[in-house]
Amino acid sequence: MTDLVIIGGGPAGMSAAIAAYESGIRDILILERDVKLGGILQQCIHNGFGLHKFGEELTGPEYAWRYEEKVREYGILFKTGTMVLDITKDKIITATNEEDGIFTIQAKAIILAMGCRERSKGALNIAGSRPAGIFSAGTAQKFVNMKGYMPGKSVVILGSGDIGLIMARRMTLEGAEVKAVCELMPYSGGLARNIEQCLNDFNIPLKLSHTVVEIHGKERLEGVTIAQVDENRKPIDSTREFIACDTLLLSVGLIPENELTKAAEVELDRITNGAVVDQDRQTEKEGIFACGNVLHVHDLVDFVSEEAEIAGKSAASYIKSGTQNDMNAVIKTDGKIRYSVPQRITTKKDITVYFRVSDVFKNVKINVYKDGEQIYSKKKIKVAPGEMESIKLAGEKLDDAKELYLELEVL
Amino acid sequence: MERNLTCIVCPMGCSLKVELDGGEVKSVSGNTCPRGEVYARTECTNPMRTVTSTVRCSDGTVVAVKTDKPIPKDKVFDCMKAINNANPDLPIKIGCVIIDKIYGAKVIATQNAE
Amino acid sequence: MYDVSVIGAGVVGAMVARKLSSYSLKVCILESENDVAMGATRANSAIVHAGFDAKEGSLKAKLNVKGSEMMEKVASELGVKYKKNGSLVIGFNEEDKNMLSELLVRGNENGVKDLRLLDKDELKALEPNISNNAICALYAPTGAIICPYELTIAAVGNAMDNGAELKCNFKVTAIDKTDDGYEIKSETEAVKSRCVINCAGLYSDKIAAMIGDESFSVHPRKGEYILLDKECGCIVSHTIFRTPSKMGKGILVSPTVDGNLLTGPTSVDMEDKENKATAADGFAKIIKETYENVEGVPFNKTITSFCGLRAVGSTGDFIITSPEKGFINAAGIESPGLSASPAIAEYIADMLKDQGFELNEKADFNPKRKPMHYFREASIEEKNKIIKKDKSFGKIVCRCEGVTEGEILEAIRTNPKARDLDGVKRRTRAQMGRCQGGFCSPYIVELLAKEMNITYEDVTKFGAGSYINCSKTKEDK
Repeated sequence: MTDLVIIGGGPAGMSAAIAAYESGIRDILILERDVKLGGILQQCIHNGFGLHKFGEELTGPEYAWRYEEKVREYGILFKTGTMVLDITKDKIITATNEEDGIFTIQAKAIILAMGCRERSKGALNIAGSRPAGIFSAGTAQKFVNMKGYMPGKSVVILGSGDIGLIMARRMTLEGAEVKAVCELMPYSGGLARNIEQCLNDFNIPLKLSHTVVEIHGKERLEGVTIAQVDENRKPIDSTREFIACDTLLLSVGLIPENELTKAAEVELDRITNGAVVDQDRQTEKEGIFACGNVLHVHDLVDFVSEEAEIAGKSAASYIKSGTQNDMNAVIKTDGKIRYSVPQRITTKKDITVYFRVSDVFKNVKINVYKDGEQIYSKKKIKVAPGEMESIKLAGEKLDDAKELYLELEVL
Repeated sequence: MERNLTCIVCPMGCSLKVELDGGEVKSVSGNTCPRGEVYARTECTNPMRTVTSTVRCSDGTVVAVKTDKPIPKDKVFDCMKAINNANPDLPIKIGCVIIDKIYGAKVIATQNAE
Repeated sequence: MYDVSVIGAGVVGAMVARKLSSYSLKVCILESENDVAMGATRANSAIVHAGFDAKEGSLKAKLNVKGSEMMEKVASELGVKYKKNGSLVIGFNEEDKNMLSELLVRGNENGVKDLRLLDKDELKALEPNISNNAICALYAPTGAIICPYELTIAAVGNAMDNGAELKCNFKVTAIDKTDDGYEIKSETEAVKSRCVINCAGLYSDKIAAMIGDESFSVHPRKGEYILLDKECGCIVSHTIFRTPSKMGKGILVSPTVDGNLLTGPTSVDMEDKENKATAADGFAKIIKETYENVEGVPFNKTITSFCGLRAVGSTGDFIITSPEKGFINAAGIESPGLSASPAIAEYIADMLKDQGFELNEKADFNPKRKPMHYFREASIEEKNKIIKKDKSFGKIVCRCEGVTEGEILEAIRTNPKARDLDGVKRRTRAQMGRCQGGFCSPYIVELLAKEMNITYEDVTKFGAGSYINCSKTKEDK
């Protein structure tokens, strides 16, 4: 029996482990599938991490190292090169690695911190041929930053998610020509600063309301046809344009990796594709917690770490004294607000609610109603789907709540 | 003259408005914090960028590096050339200097490699 | 000098080569691509048809029913997954109902076992998710599913284990007649062979023309497919066809042996034998007709879409002919070619015998091959025994499909050896899951480079020209 097993040794897993340790738990094991700790941060060699947590701009590997040093200092056990194959709802974990073979562990508590994966090209059903040269942006990032190889020399990027923008700059710096970034939506899904420093700095055009409609080339990609889309996101034939390129990178969204969550029969949120959790990041399966990108996709690693601390502390308190719930309220959203995390409140205390909106809205008010009565309101100049928002609710206002309703009021 | 910028200091990405008179910055608005104003002033006079990249070590290992402070934006590609020519030996500790002088900055390792 | 050269390593060529490798013959397989199973075999419906479709008395009918009956044993010998899940041809109106009755009669004539007609209630009981508009069905319990490239790889591997040779990237440019047979030439190589079996799929008419046989032609018929996540594999348990029309069997919905859900194909006659481009209207058709057949198929769970070219012969039947002694065509093997392939192999062996070639059974012929997925199917105890001997089986490379480094290395080392990323994919399922190789392909590139002792830049997706990386970073100094 192990007190706490953490699935994933990226920023969420390490941060959760440290928080649990600092809350007095000693019997902790982190299981990481990659050869070292750090998760996807190891290939995110650009800077911009850690401004919230450390007040300075770190690169991904540097940010990861801060946590790894702590993990090592505390002597928290971790196994790298270890893939978890199954988790049961009774918290039995089956994993495999080269040294131990396939083994099982019974845990008192589990924190799910497996991160997310990129949406693949398969899901897009783009017409045309199927040559080599089409990569998800993260795969290209791994080739360039970790393996030291260039996937191609002339590049079109579909999707303006942050990884795509970062890779536009990265490929340019390594000598490739990035010909365009196409974004299906009328706005970018990436951060404004990345559009500025990754595209504008290098005069790379960002084509909003554009998509790739056809792939050309037999063995290796020879070009793509792009087209503008109408309000219904349908391509307009008269705007079709051929761009010669040998590489197409896709940055079309991230999906939480919840196969193990499903195996543990944890209830999933249809919008986030992650678990439904309470303010402690506990799922409805007692003793199973989730945090980081496996719960919902974050923009900033700093918030991943923050969320993981909540999960780590809560898991520690669960291990010591079980769950003590004094209320049970659900959080509902109005659709303009697509989802919230947490989705439930089970303890009366101050909480931060994170959420994303469905479209770009300007001059808005975020209102919260407790069983019909307004308990919170905050003005915002602008909200966008690419940027996660949060509000803080005071515990004293949550008395006996059955339902909290989050509304986005456009002024 | 007026210039609109997106602040790149932090992920908030504030929209900045800069009033310019010739080459001189008269005022900055739209920033949430003082760093935004500093950014706007530098961006309009002498834009600077931090460079992040990798170096190939003598044994072929790829290690991530960065300039420890921003360098002039128009020197970014020159800086990349120097980074591409670097060929350090292992082991490399995070923070160790790979190139000690380049446009007023140092190139340092941001990853450990053994 | 070979006794027999088989041109084309699709499922037909593979089955023929395997059959011939059971005799004391020197057999060579010539494949134009970098791997086997690269033509119509790579992208088709993966169905072992019961055999009620083809016209009574045709070669298609005869060889389909026989091949279908042989397939279970062949699959078991080769360690290939095979599932007799049964087929349902559903009808929506009286006209369809009449057609299904005709198919029942035809099927019985062809010798298909256990066929029967179902009414709406019986159909719903078998397949709860079937469209409420379906009123009847023809049920063929002997219909089955199989993975066509798994079967082909295993058959070629088994032929090689029994002495056959495989030459990939051998694109036949000319066939010259010699005193004792043929000289088959590519741009860089030539092999001599007493007999030639032309299993060149789409190009079988071109191959036949090289010896002056212009009695038939083959044209491509494009079929697009959409493959869905394993989550969706249970939506139907049988293979669901629609009542057939002139252009084929229409859009089908079927589980695959690996647990995914396959929908398609479209059916568009083409000119260009190389054009495997998919089209937006094709996808729209698949989605529309799938919804008409089966309720609640979630296309947002699409994993990949692809296109295959079926080799449609000019006669309407399989073209298995011998224009001269020692040269046999197996052409126009469109559906039900996969189902018929074991029977086609026997048929061709008999033709050779009839032509006076000596086919003596080898005493040491081993019809069995170790299943490609033995590790995947093993119990945890068995797996741990294997990991103890070779720790690379403890290391997962493809997280979506749970494929280990050991399995990938074995695919690169076992005949017919995987030579590129797609080859590894077809043999191990690595890169075939939800992330489509996003995480594991860089690692597999590394394994291929190391095992084949080539550079990263020389690793391809599916052979020459389809490179993954163009150069090292830092070369622009």
